[in-house]
Amino acid sequence: MLLYLIRRILMLVPILILMSMVAFFLIQLPPGDFVTFRIEQLRMSGIEVSDNEAQRLMVQFGLDKPPMARYVWWVSGIVLRGNWGWSLQWNKSVNEILQERIPMTVVISLLALLFSWVVAIPIGIYSATHQYSPMDYVATFLGFIGVATPGFLLALIAAWLLFSQLGFSALGLHSPEYINAPWSTAKFVDLLKHLWLPLFLVGMGNTASTIRVVRNNLLDELNKQYVITARSKGLSEWKLVWKYPVRMAINPLLSTVSWVLPGLVSGTVLIDIVLSLQTIGPVLLRATLAQDMYLAGSVVLLLSALTVIGALIGDVLLVLVDPRIRFGRLGK
Amino acid sequence: MAASENSVLVEVQDLKTYFFLHEGTVKAVDGVSFSIYEGRSLGVIGESGCGKSVTAQSMMRIVPSPPGREVDGKIEMYLWENGGGFAEVVDVLQLKPSGAKIRSIRGKQIGMIFQEPMTALSPLHTVGNQIAEAVLIHEQDASKHQARERAIDMLGRVGIPQPHRLVDAYPHQLSGGMRQRALIAMALICGPSLLIADEPTTALDVTIEAQILELIKELQTSLGMALMYISHDLAVVGEMSDEIMVMYLGHVMEHASTDDIFDNPLHPYTLALWRSVPSIEGKLERLIPISGSLPSPFASQPGCRFFSRCDRRMPGVCDATPPSLKEVAPGHKVRCLLYE
Ligand SMILES: Nc1ncnc2c1ncn2[C@@H]1O[C@H](COP(=O)(O)OP(=O)(O)O)[C@@H](O)[C@H]1O
Ligand SMILES: [Mg+2]
Repeated sequence: MLLYLIRRILMLVPILILMSMVAFFLIQLPPGDFVTFRIEQLRMSGIEVSDNEAQRLMVQFGLDKPPMARYVWWVSGIVLRGNWGWSLQWNKSVNEILQERIPMTVVISLLALLFSWVVAIPIGIYSATHQYSPMDYVATFLGFIGVATPGFLLALIAAWLLFSQLGFSALGLHSPEYINAPWSTAKFVDLLKHLWLPLFLVGMGNTASTIRVVRNNLLDELNKQYVITARSKGLSEWKLVWKYPVRMAINPLLSTVSWVLPGLVSGTVLIDIVLSLQTIGPVLLRATLAQDMYLAGSVVLLLSALTVIGALIGDVLLVLVDPRIRFGRLGK
Repeated sequence: MAASENSVLVEVQDLKTYFFLHEGTVKAVDGVSFSIYEGRSLGVIGESGCGKSVTAQSMMRIVPSPPGREVDGKIEMYLWENGGGFAEVVDVLQLKPSGAKIRSIRGKQIGMIFQEPMTALSPLHTVGNQIAEAVLIHEQDASKHQARERAIDMLGRVGIPQPHRLVDAYPHQLSGGMRQRALIAMALICGPSLLIADEPTTALDVTIEAQILELIKELQTSLGMALMYISHDLAVVGEMSDEIMVMYLGHVMEHASTDDIFDNPLHPYTLALWRSVPSIEGKLERLIPISGSLPSPFASQPGCRFFSRCDRRMPGVCDATPPSLKEVAPGHKVRCLLYE
């Protein structure tokens, strides 16, 4: 196990190097750069920027150097000094922005994943064990709707309904009076009040697809010989289903842990924008549009890192729950 | 019948189990009757798809449903108390397939082993866990520790080496033969009065097959239980059983003592089965496969079901009149118009 872990962790290094390159160079691929973009903006709004001034900005952000040199400078900053660079757009250090956004992003996505499992697994099990029953049809139908409905649309509708009917502002994660308040029970309760809607909306697509995965996996498993063997022992149907096929059917879900972060960032940006959640998705979107290269590159790199680490955690969990992998692959 | 001095354990009467599919109805078992006697063994033989497994599944009430359903008949089970006194007769077809009564019969009165030892155990649980589970289900006062000790003991009895160690093994760590032994241990740990073995050696190679057959035979004698042995291999069934029932497309074609089936087979289908297996003496005879293939399970014909493949068919007679199962000699029944 230890050897396996070490091997897997060592494998992360080249992957991360590759990803950092891709992240950094892809973002600079479109013509233009942030300083030019910014100067253009300033000039358009009537502010005169002298060529000297422009030149100074270019040097300050390293734009006068070739991309490779910039990349090395950026990466060595991260590795050696823990400095992720400077965001030209926010005029803040990237570290500061990441510190503000990443924890909330990770928390929301993990909670949304947990939420979707808690909801989807029982429904999927019920659907599979009561195949073609009315409830199964209802669950399947809701599942399709869940997958097909854009989350941001529901977010808009929900936010509007809550506000117009209940006068409750679902935007953000805190009511205005708590935003800058220190942590207290009241602030926590307030957070919970705001949290369920994003969790529901963000988790919805995943809930729907998890129901389908659990239902289909379980339907496959229910006809397997080991289920019949267990039944012919005299085990009750309820205990049997939970002990044997359900475990087989939900183990694969562990490997989805790693998709959650990129999925959240790419798939739910719109929800985050609509509900003005302080997550990293909207930041990345704007940074990319403005060619804020250090910020965008850092976010992409960090998300990739979290993703591969998530994949590693998922695999390790899978190994822990499945003796075939535990003794087979690792035994050697 | 052959075993009148032994008391009856199970009496199946006119069992009909059908599968209702989109393409039509499969009459997998269509009016089958037989009895199983204490300590005796019944062999069931027939080509694949003849309804042997479904017959066994009906006795355990584990026919996949939907699409399958036992539409008619009776399966009367004679239950005995632990002390030996007679308790009651239940018609298992009247029981709820997931109810407590049938569950107290499964694993306790009837143990069952299957064709696929490779997939018959859960890959995520240890062998010992799955065997001990049967004890915990049927013996409420057994502790986990006792159940485990019983599992180790039983693993030893079925010839698993180092049972103390292998009780904690996962199925994938065992060979096919070892898994089948573990499954036998699981089926027998609660001391059932009947073991149903549904082609338990089909997936194993020949030397392992011989060992498993030996083991089943030995356990049957030492535990004094009845055996229903299902196979498509006539030689194997002959080895294992006191009497043999030949099935074809959901019907019993011939039913007699093993000696009679071997020395005096009557039904053309039984004869054809004989010609399609190598003789035991190893004489170099030409093997003659049964002509034609099994007709579609959806087909229903007015006459004999074997008509299309029979080498002694009487056109105009056999395809018009359905034969009935007749006792042509004491204890020897055959379903064929040649003997009517
Ligand atoms: N679960 C099922 N669904 C549909 N048809 C089935 C099912 N199980 C068995 N059958 C049909 O019932 C017939 C008898 O099958 P079976 O008893 O398994 O044959 P065998 O004699 O080989 O054990 C076959 O035609 C088979 O197609
Ligand atoms: Mg079969």
